[in-house]
Amino acid sequence: MAEATKQAFVKLDPRVMFRNPVMFTVELGTVVMLFVTVGLLLKPDAAQGSFGYNLTVFIVLFLTLLFANFAEAIAEARGKAQADSLRKTRQDTPAKVRLANGQFEYVSSAQLQKGQVFVVEAGEIIPTDGEIMEGLATIDESAITGESAPVIREAGGDKSSVTGGTKILSDRIVVLVTTAPGESFLDKMIALVEGASRQKTPNEIALTILLAGFTLVFVIVCVTLQPFAAYSKTPIAISAFIALFVCLIPTTIGGLLSAIGIAGMDRALRANVITKSGKAVETAGDIDVLLLDKTGTITIGNRRATHFWPAPGVSERELVEAATLSSLHDETPEGKSIVELAQQVRRTDAADLQRRAQGSEAIKFTAETRSSGVTLASGLRIRKGASDAIRNLANAASQPFPNETTQQVAAVASNGGTPLVVSENDRILGVVELQDIIKPGIQERFERLRKMGIKTVMVTGDNPLTAKFIAEKAGVDDFIAEAKPEDKMQYIRTEQQAGKLVAMMGDGTNDAPALAQADVGVAMNSGTQAAKEAGNMVDLDNDPTKLIEVVEIGKQLLMTRGTLTTFSIANDVAKYFAIVPALFMVAIPALGALNIMGLKSPQSAILSAVIFNALIIPALVPLALKGVAYTPIGASALLRRNLLIYGLGGVIVPFIGIKAIDLVVGLFL
Amino acid sequence: MTTGLLGIFVTYGLTLLLALPLGRFLANVFQGHQNALDFLAPLERGLFRLAGLDEKREMTWQQHLLALLTINLVWFVFAMVVLCTQGSLPLNPDGNPSMSPDLAFNTNISFLVNCNLQHYSGESGLSYLSQIVVITFLQFVTAATGIAAAVVVLNALQTRTTDKLGNFYNYFVKSLTRLLLPLSLVIALILAFNGAPMTLHGKQQLVTVQGDSVAVARGPVAAMVAIKELGTNGGGFFGANSAHPLENPNFATNVTENVALALIPLALVFALGFYLKRQKLAYMIFGVMTVGFLALLAPTVYYEMHGNPAISQMGVNQALGALEGKEIRFGAAASAYWSITNTVISCGSINSMHDSFMPLSGLCQLLGMMTNAFYGGCGVGLLNFFAYLIIAVFIAGLMVGRTPEFLGKKIEAREMKIAVIVTLLHPLLILAGTALTAHLFAGSPTEYAGWLANPGYHGFSEMLYEFTSASANNGSGFEGLGDNTPWWNISTGVVMLLSRFLPIIGPVAIAGLLARKKVVPEGAGTLPADTATFGVMVLAVIVIIAALAFFPALALGPLAEHFSLY
Repeated sequence: MAEATKQAFVKLDPRVMFRNPVMFTVELGTVVMLFVTVGLLLKPDAAQGSFGYNLTVFIVLFLTLLFANFAEAIAEARGKAQADSLRKTRQDTPAKVRLANGQFEYVSSAQLQKGQVFVVEAGEIIPTDGEIMEGLATIDESAITGESAPVIREAGGDKSSVTGGTKILSDRIVVLVTTAPGESFLDKMIALVEGASRQKTPNEIALTILLAGFTLVFVIVCVTLQPFAAYSKTPIAISAFIALFVCLIPTTIGGLLSAIGIAGMDRALRANVITKSGKAVETAGDIDVLLLDKTGTITIGNRRATHFWPAPGVSERELVEAATLSSLHDETPEGKSIVELAQQVRRTDAADLQRRAQGSEAIKFTAETRSSGVTLASGLRIRKGASDAIRNLANAASQPFPNETTQQVAAVASNGGTPLVVSENDRILGVVELQDIIKPGIQERFERLRKMGIKTVMVTGDNPLTAKFIAEKAGVDDFIAEAKPEDKMQYIRTEQQAGKLVAMMGDGTNDAPALAQADVGVAMNSGTQAAKEAGNMVDLDNDPTKLIEVVEIGKQLLMTRGTLTTFSIANDVAKYFAIVPALFMVAIPALGALNIMGLKSPQSAILSAVIFNALIIPALVPLALKGVAYTPIGASALLRRNLLIYGLGGVIVPFIGIKAIDLVVGLFL
Repeated sequence: MTTGLLGIFVTYGLTLLLALPLGRFLANVFQGHQNALDFLAPLERGLFRLAGLDEKREMTWQQHLLALLTINLVWFVFAMVVLCTQGSLPLNPDGNPSMSPDLAFNTNISFLVNCNLQHYSGESGLSYLSQIVVITFLQFVTAATGIAAAVVVLNALQTRTTDKLGNFYNYFVKSLTRLLLPLSLVIALILAFNGAPMTLHGKQQLVTVQGDSVAVARGPVAAMVAIKELGTNGGGFFGANSAHPLENPNFATNVTENVALALIPLALVFALGFYLKRQKLAYMIFGVMTVGFLALLAPTVYYEMHGNPAISQMGVNQALGALEGKEIRFGAAASAYWSITNTVISCGSINSMHDSFMPLSGLCQLLGMMTNAFYGGCGVGLLNFFAYLIIAVFIAGLMVGRTPEFLGKKIEAREMKIAVIVTLLHPLLILAGTALTAHLFAGSPTEYAGWLANPGYHGFSEMLYEFTSASANNGSGFEGLGDNTPWWNISTGVVMLLSRFLPIIGPVAIAGLLARKKVVPEGAGTLPADTATFGVMVLAVIVIIAALAFFPALALGPLAEHFSLY
């Protein structure tokens, strides 16, 4: 708060102000008022009003400037607080750098160059962003994500990236430095929220042009008013001209514009998403198509066992026990889920099964056999696998493959599930059904996206039948089955050629081209460096549903600008009715009829208008920072609602506000 | 009283009834679809061959503008020569002199830009040759220019990506052969049958009932008046315009002329719907324009029909309304309706003295020209509306959380810049012009006393009206001004030129830029432009930009006068 106050004064520098044409003209007006006030002190002039009155106008104008700067400063301060906590993780840590001759040398993390290689071990802090070259480690990333559960990062694959400032909990890794000093994502983000490298976004530029246009109109109105008044023999004091001008130009939105932009990025940061530019957030609001990976986004992790279907003449208990035994040594999520399901449905005696499994030999899954299982010490062979693989085993042993089981296999597949057939000494025991579990609440999120006008596309390696089933169940609009990275790329291109904006999330190196092609590419922080470079946002939480939040943040950003612009301009109606009669009432008493608010005197009317104009800025700061709430009720309904609240409200509120202020100001005049 | 109102309803109803089918017809003509006047095609082809033009060559928006400006320049030179030498050219039975270069310049510009501000009287200022080959000719081509420019915009707004926007000369010639010439013929005949002269003979000597000998001016009036109204030009054959009994002999011709001047602006709005196959959008635009029109019409009719309180105080019966400056053959209601249609539409012909209207009626006339988009002039009304529409789309688009787009094209910084300049220009020209004049007048009231017939608030309204009329390319006068002086000639001349071509160039450029952009398919998140909600938004933008900028000026003129009177 103290820092924001200080910044409010620092930002009075005309060179900074110049970037905001609306507020810059206010600053000019304030300077003129300063001269007028000082002049009056030296040589009183009845035509300009009393010294005290002019001083008050000057102070109110000065406060208007400060309030506008304060709004920007407080938005920056919030971002900065966030940035500072990130920066804490950037504390200088010594890095153990591997030299060309294989020796090690300690170097300050600030001096680490791109391409250098360092080693970190359990208990140490990773000095900078990089990619693991050798090894595997558990890492505590809570410093940047706030999530306390440790994550695993390993060389090769899609989870090879480490972030500076995070702590190694176990093992030792060799890391290649991938960013030059001061250019890591956090450095970029810190610069962005601190305003140093903030560039105006395309919509912001267009809006600034519009606001500059409005400002110019009112420059013309106020400048031409002087000869008009001279013709009508109604002298107008300088303070009244400036008050009229400052009240008419859109100071409300002009003062809050940059705060809104910063707050948008800040909201993204709060959602643990690092954006490389403000433009990306804005674009997110325009997204038409959303590409989502099935696993982890639409479904919970991997497939889980949901049902045991015994073959004819086989008891359920027999099937469950055999399936459990075959899965005891199976470390895959599917295998584990079979053991869990078995405990739920049959309350199998784990200890007893463990005992029976002693001395058994685990048979690993291979692409050739397409089955896995166990051979017990007693010689009993239990296998589970794809139905045709097990059928081959049964056929080889001249065991029958029951029709009922064939039907069951087909039934499970058509249900979107994966059937595993279990055999004991090549005798068919039955089918285990594996199903994708759709995340709870995901249907509602897709429904919300649909109402926002966004098409959701599920990307999966599953076959088209399974993919279709899950897509329907989850409520996505389209799917890409048996997806290869090129398919994603192709899909994005096709949609873009139709004029649509596409967002996607990815983590692997092979996602990088698609991430770069997409209009909004969100890379997961755990992903490879290539993916993070290609995207324009990085999600620190590695949460694939984050895109939905990012889209809403983008929409909020645009809406806040639009509604406050409307509000600001609508305010002019009331301000006119306050100031115009005040300007002319003395010389042309008939125009007192325009004083529909019944303001006490011309001076109190002008003061009330400028005070209202100044106070409305801090009053709207919370809204600017929080953003106007987005509800997917359709564009027309949304426009109607916002027009009512901010348009009609913008007309009515200042009538009430100015009248109320006039009642107070009137006590002192 | 009810008869007067009935006249208004009939006139408006008739206009609407004719405008709808005409809109459909125009869409067919400009899309090259089959239509009733296809038998004229050989004639048009002959014209193109004669001129050595390929009417099938597609033009970019820059080429369109180049063509438009070039032919306008050619006409300017041609008209200048005729006006400055008319005294020694044929068809001058009354022996009227050649125009002085400065008056010729003003007159030339005025008719070239569809404004028709007249600093001369037709009876004594022009030869019949000038009336026919300069005035009537320009009244045809300037209307066709506006319509052709509007068609370029319609072409550009189709949902596709291209920079090929049809051929300007094709649109221009077809505006003349398929629309303006045939309709003018019909209207001229109606006028001629009702007593408007159509002759090349000079003044007629008459001895009146009182025994005075008078010379009554006449000429090829009916033909000229037809295109004067139809092409939203407004410049009269005679100085008194349509208040003159030979230009507008009776109530029937009054209705005919009033329908004629509103017909094409309304029809073009409906043509937009048929052309773009977005009828709902056309109805939204029509709705916004009509609401604006009615909001200005209602108070004017009310105040004119209720008379002037100052006259009532003198004990004069005003049952027929405020009749000062009005023709009894039309009455208060029809005059009020005429004055509003002629100011919202940039026609600017008059059948009564605007100077004598009640102050709030004058305010409504001024606002009609200040907004200049409630129907508006031939083609250009739609272009002005388009600029407002772009600004409304931008703000509304932001309000629903999406980068603003209109008919599937994104509105970005460049389009905003042009739209802002176009909408800024109008208040700038009006306010700056009035301010300069007010400054000169306030500086030495005695030296410029001849400028204003009425000092005070009414005098202010007179100055404001003159510049508003010039900037809106309207051409009607509040009158009461001594306007044939170098200051008025030069200042209004500059204003007319700037306010004609920039507001054509701007919207055509925006449309051309949009046409090149990628099409954004419409989805659930897209803001539909054809809803009542969006209509309210557009209306609000027009009111805020056009009305608010003029509020202080209006307060010092008509509002001060009104509150002093009532």
